[in-house]
Amino acid sequence: MTDTAPAIELKGISKAFGPVQANKDISIRVMPGTIHGIIGENGAGKSTLMSILYGFYKADAGEIFISGKKTDIPDSQAAIAAGIGMVFQHFKLVENFTVLENIILGAEDGRLLKPSLSKARKSLISLAEDYGLNVDPDALIQDIGVGMQQRVEILKALYRQADILILDEPTGVLTPAEADQLFRILGRLRSEGKTIILITHKLREIMEITDTVSVMRRGKMTATVKTAETSPPELAELMVGRKVLLRVNKKPATPGDVILDVKGLRVVDGKGVERLRGIDLQVCAGEVLGLAGVAGNGQSELLEVLGGYADGTGNVTLNGTPLDLSGKKSDGQSRRARGVAHVPEDRQREGLIMDFQAWENNVFGYHHDDRFNSGLLMDHAAIRADAEDKMARFDVRPPDPTLAAKNFSGGNQQKIVLAREIERNPDLLLIGQPTRGVDIGAIEFIHEQIIALRDQGKAILLVSVELEEILALSDRIAVMFDGQIMGERAADQTDEKELGLLMAGITDTENEHSVAEVEANLARAGGDASKEV
Amino acid sequence: MDVMPKWAEVILVPLISLLLAALLSALVILAIGEDPIAAVTLMVKGALGSTYGWGYTLYYATNFIFTGLAVAVAFHARLFNIGGEGQAMLGGLGVAIAALYIPWPHWTLALIGCGVMAGLLGAIWAAIPGWLQAKRGSHVVITTIMFNFIAAALLNYVLVNVMRPPGSMDPASARFPEAVHLPTLHELLAPLGIAFSKSAPANISLLVAAAACIVVWLLIWRTRLGYEIRAYGHSQPAAKYAGISPVRITMVTMIISGALAGLMAINNVMGESERLVLNATEGAGFIGIAVALMGRSHPVGVFFAALLFGFLYQGGAELALWTSIPRELIVVIQALVILFTGALDNMVRMPLERLFLMFRRPAPPANSADSEPKPGPRSGQSEGAE
Repeated sequence: MTDTAPAIELKGISKAFGPVQANKDISIRVMPGTIHGIIGENGAGKSTLMSILYGFYKADAGEIFISGKKTDIPDSQAAIAAGIGMVFQHFKLVENFTVLENIILGAEDGRLLKPSLSKARKSLISLAEDYGLNVDPDALIQDIGVGMQQRVEILKALYRQADILILDEPTGVLTPAEADQLFRILGRLRSEGKTIILITHKLREIMEITDTVSVMRRGKMTATVKTAETSPPELAELMVGRKVLLRVNKKPATPGDVILDVKGLRVVDGKGVERLRGIDLQVCAGEVLGLAGVAGNGQSELLEVLGGYADGTGNVTLNGTPLDLSGKKSDGQSRRARGVAHVPEDRQREGLIMDFQAWENNVFGYHHDDRFNSGLLMDHAAIRADAEDKMARFDVRPPDPTLAAKNFSGGNQQKIVLAREIERNPDLLLIGQPTRGVDIGAIEFIHEQIIALRDQGKAILLVSVELEEILALSDRIAVMFDGQIMGERAADQTDEKELGLLMAGITDTENEHSVAEVEANLARAGGDASKEV
Repeated sequence: MDVMPKWAEVILVPLISLLLAALLSALVILAIGEDPIAAVTLMVKGALGSTYGWGYTLYYATNFIFTGLAVAVAFHARLFNIGGEGQAMLGGLGVAIAALYIPWPHWTLALIGCGVMAGLLGAIWAAIPGWLQAKRGSHVVITTIMFNFIAAALLNYVLVNVMRPPGSMDPASARFPEAVHLPTLHELLAPLGIAFSKSAPANISLLVAAAACIVVWLLIWRTRLGYEIRAYGHSQPAAKYAGISPVRITMVTMIISGALAGLMAINNVMGESERLVLNATEGAGFIGIAVALMGRSHPVGVFFAALLFGFLYQGGAELALWTSIPRELIVVIQALVILFTGALDNMVRMPLERLFLMFRRPAPPANSADSEPKPGPRSGQSEGAE
């Protein structure tokens, strides 16, 4: 017990949505000037808890104390008045307003904008000095990168004199470099006495930046520990409720024939920018080729052109026969007929029809298969039976094929896509960001499925922005930078540091390189990239 | 999120919207010094009180079923076909050409032949905007509206300069031969011993329209093409990923939509006037939009919404005939129904959803990554199910 009052103290918070108990008797103390992590799987109740703290929901029971004083927070105005600021996962910024205009939005004094704008400009300058939060106040939001937009959100909170900052999954949209920058800013804020609550499901972030961490599981707070006294495996176990393998168990690969052979592949996008500038790569049967790189360096374009829905030039053969790249005889259907399965990077935008029920999504892209049709009509009974079977084998929860895709959690949505693509028994599996937004328990399962497919002798091309994932799954790793392959390494003979340099476009990985050099290079290639994440 | 059970979604929402529209209409009638109860009685009597009234109500409803289905099919691919009016006009031209220039031995063959021609011309009239959308990116909303005007001008030209019988002063085609006369409900029901008004225009096209509802239902929810149309309507990037061609879906959907709108001509041109006249469509193409909206783009919904609008049309005509309520007020009442059931749908839906949330199974928020699968009783299946 310290003699200072905790910045935030929640006592016995409970909240139910009908039969679903989102928060059950949660108590938590956050000391001022610390970073407190809240970790838990999707659906554990983290966001509900923070929404209560920010006045979006009213708790069914429990009390909130801010700096030792019992406080009622009926709405977000009250939360702001109590010194709480929130940075949402999806930013709440007006795209075609300037940074300055966004910052005063909702906090204007008086009818005229001019005085508040100049006041905001002044305080922005001092905030920038105090916390190292540099932004151009006159830039339009649509012109600045995601990392910068997040800074604007933080500045918005600080401008409203927040002493307590809540960040909800702040790194979900950031590149690794941007995430590092964010953590530097958070560290600075902490040293200036601000209290920060960081909600995340990424263990690495918790270990890296927090002082204390609370673990939530199924609406309950299962533990609160000092970060220094815990370890990732322990946290993972607390989150999931059982032991979790953070590293995939796999045998060495036994590569067979070349399945996919790409030579001199080029792609020019609609604006005339060359996104792929001569890609050469091969994927053999029975191996995983990991494609590492900062998002936006051409990985998406590569998947799209191989998946048949973007055009390119060059020579690509599959099982020794050329693939059409011109868009004339290439589309998703003909690729699937050739044995190419594709788990797209963005399952909600491409992989699933969110309003369709699970069983309808189960045949998406394969709806012309004979076994799903009888004559002119689709065979709904067969499709449903097939969906039930796949959902059972891929442990999709809840195993209800008539639930719309949007009502499943991210991990279960991904399992629906994976089941559909893997069970078709493809020769080549293209898979993008297999575990983005997926909780730990499901990550383990998805990784196992990918390795199992490899062991059946299938070729797998894996694209991921998570280096850890690339290292865990791949047999060989190719690094993309600015539309080119910078180098290829055997997975067991490289490390994050070497790959990180390649990702920044530095090929002579033997020599020492300064951080500044890497950042400059990244900024050159990534300025454009960061925006499309 | 399925907040409400399906029955509330499908029946309660339109019903409340309708009641609100009726209430407001009653106030308007009251305001001009007429008796709303008497007006309603007259409307119901006029539209449903006799087989004559029914005959007209069903005749109008048949028109609206065709145009409503046309709009509904396009909606599923997220295409807004406002050109039902023009497509139906062209359908009329198709019927007139087939009926006048081909000697049909029997009305059954004539119905098929004229129907094919009506659908074909309607389809062509929708295919052009479809092609412009698919290939050139010209929005169908704009182009289909423009094509309505082109269709009207074209019809005008053809009727005045080509099809008008020599010596006639009337911009209309010649009367169709007796062989293409379609059986009216009077003729259809007489053998069954049911006496149906002789002068009402409802005819066998009503059955064709009902069949079209079933065919559209099968198409949208049971065929691969319907699956692709719905997928494309929900998410174009996903459709692209699955290898569904946007050009193909846009074209095919517009063609089907235009054909359905064109088919309307077998009712109004072939079944009723038995010659092609100017403005034969009487705005049915536009009513089809309201019908599709109110029917939630589902053939069953379209069927009942078309009946309702048929009732409003016929009841409104009676009202104008027998009271001093001006004809314009009928338009106001119809507009109120369209406004409440179509445009102001959310005004009824959202409070109702909140009501259901309070009394039933409140769902957890779906605002962030923390939304989880909803356990508990599922509230009916979404429309896509069946």
